[in-house]
Amino acid sequence: MADMSTTLGWFRLPNPVLTASGCAAAGRELNQFFDVADLGAVVTKSIMSRPRSGRPTPRMAETPSGMLNSIGLQGPGIDSFIANDLAWLAEQGARTVVSIAGGHTDEFVELARRLRGNRAVSMLEVNISCPNVENRGQVFACDAIASSRVIGAVRRAADPAVPVFAKLSPDVTDITLIARACAEAGADGFSLINTLLGMAIDTDTMAPALGGVTGGLSGPAIRPVAVRCVWQVRQAIPYLPILGMGGIKTGLDALQFILAGASAVSVGTAVFGDPNAPMRVLAELEQALDERGFESLAAAVGYAHRPPATRLSPANAGLAAG
Amino acid sequence: MSPVQEVGEIFAVQRVGAYVQFTVVAPGIAAGFQPGHFVAVAVGGENSSMLLRRAFALYGATPSGDFAGTIQFVVAEHGPGTRWLVQRRVGDVLDLVGPLGTPFPVPSGPAPAVLVGGGYGSAPLIPLAHMLLAAGSPVEMVLGASTAARLFGELVAKRAVGAVTVTTDDGSAGVQGLVTDVLSDAIARVNAEIVYACGPMAMLRAVGNVARKHAIHAQVAVEEAMACGIGVCMTCVLPVRGDDGKSRFVRSCVEGPVFDADRVQWADIGRLPADLVGADAMGGGH
Repeated sequence: MADMSTTLGWFRLPNPVLTASGCAAAGRELNQFFDVADLGAVVTKSIMSRPRSGRPTPRMAETPSGMLNSIGLQGPGIDSFIANDLAWLAEQGARTVVSIAGGHTDEFVELARRLRGNRAVSMLEVNISCPNVENRGQVFACDAIASSRVIGAVRRAADPAVPVFAKLSPDVTDITLIARACAEAGADGFSLINTLLGMAIDTDTMAPALGGVTGGLSGPAIRPVAVRCVWQVRQAIPYLPILGMGGIKTGLDALQFILAGASAVSVGTAVFGDPNAPMRVLAELEQALDERGFESLAAAVGYAHRPPATRLSPANAGLAAG
Repeated sequence: MSPVQEVGEIFAVQRVGAYVQFTVVAPGIAAGFQPGHFVAVAVGGENSSMLLRRAFALYGATPSGDFAGTIQFVVAEHGPGTRWLVQRRVGDVLDLVGPLGTPFPVPSGPAPAVLVGGGYGSAPLIPLAHMLLAAGSPVEMVLGASTAARLFGELVAKRAVGAVTVTTDDGSAGVQGLVTDVLSDAIARVNAEIVYACGPMAMLRAVGNVARKHAIHAQVAVEEAMACGIGVCMTCVLPVRGDDGKSRFVRSCVEGPVFDADRVQWADIGRLPADLVGADAMGGGH
């Protein structure tokens, strides 16, 4: 049995399967199906300073092998989140990655400060795929300077004991430029990727299918884009860890991300169709690593980047031919 | 009662007018069933490009006895997912999650009630009728649909409660018109203290208005598009007034699907009213 433990910066996890922000709320509902403390970690839905209503319905449209969502970060605000959700997660003994979101740099900083010293928090994931209200709503993650400003400010404000990961958008010309800017600003790692901006039109009403007009595309449809982003960022910045996500539905999907350079993965949209997906993906990933002769998950991280001569062939990895 | 995920064999498939009624082996779901609960069914098979489950109100459940427990639900074909589902046959297996949602609240003692079903929205009302009758409550039912083939459960309802009024838009069965045209009379006949309803949103809103005129409550089960059915995705929200008088977007899969019709801000569905809690913080972000 492969050793499944892994690290995201100096955050140690017993296994590499996490939930994805916005796809598991704060863990309570999924805890009806499995013990959330058995996950690598729970990644909570992006929290903002104040309670937010979110956008009007319809908020969702199913698309081929995926879905569009336009929720608008509905949430209770940081005070209620700390008092209720974080406290509950701590009671369960669940490791927790808190995703934070803001409309301006100061909001991110305020959130990082509010979470400082809270022992329930193992890591921060900074959701910079939000419109920057100070720059005509341009998404932070689409601009290297705005991204690095937020990440630098969060890194300075956050608990030094807690790694800060930048969650990047694939909707950019060159994701490695944004990643480098975040790395220079002090990011401890990357979460790759956020949803892709998409749109669907209802041909009955002949109007946009979503209340918010555009929405985030997720699910297996975006997996090749996500694997490409993990590959590129790993190649560009090999010394920083990656939490990979985007359309992971099976253990072999997860293995693609690991081989491309992710140290751990988040299972997101798959949870909507299969609430037990994270634990199933973990079991399947473990089996896939065993079948390939890996003694540890760590040995598989970034393995696909090796020159061909140094890779195990399927035969000597113990896999049946064909 | 926590929901469970079960893979169960289809025990029976019956065409009923425009609908298909399924009986599926699902002892874990059957054990926790109460009227108003729903089940979320995976569609398209293992390699399906349809990721999201389809939600159906439970029509009934037979807990485990000599045979494994079964559940029943009714499907209307209206897209690729439900088309796949209605093509399933006895012996095929379905992946199910349930029981989901908050069931119909029932009075602590006997209380006369009128149950109003639109189309196959009558399905969850049949087990509710049995439950109310068992508690000694007089029950009348009103079933409505666009046309006779889109009625569901008329005979079963007549056998269960006796007093059933049917309406159709085209007059192909029962009284020509809407359920709300006959609802007031039904309420008066049984001296109803509560109305229950399930069906299209416009009907639920209209039923709520009739109940209010009689100064009684209407508990209505809504149909809202859902991605997860278990409360994590936040797509199925409705604007609903809380005990504090303030309205919020609440999940129809967990807080619902049954709501007090007077609490639902029907006119604000699909809108973002300025007085909704948290509306002032909206600037963007998906």
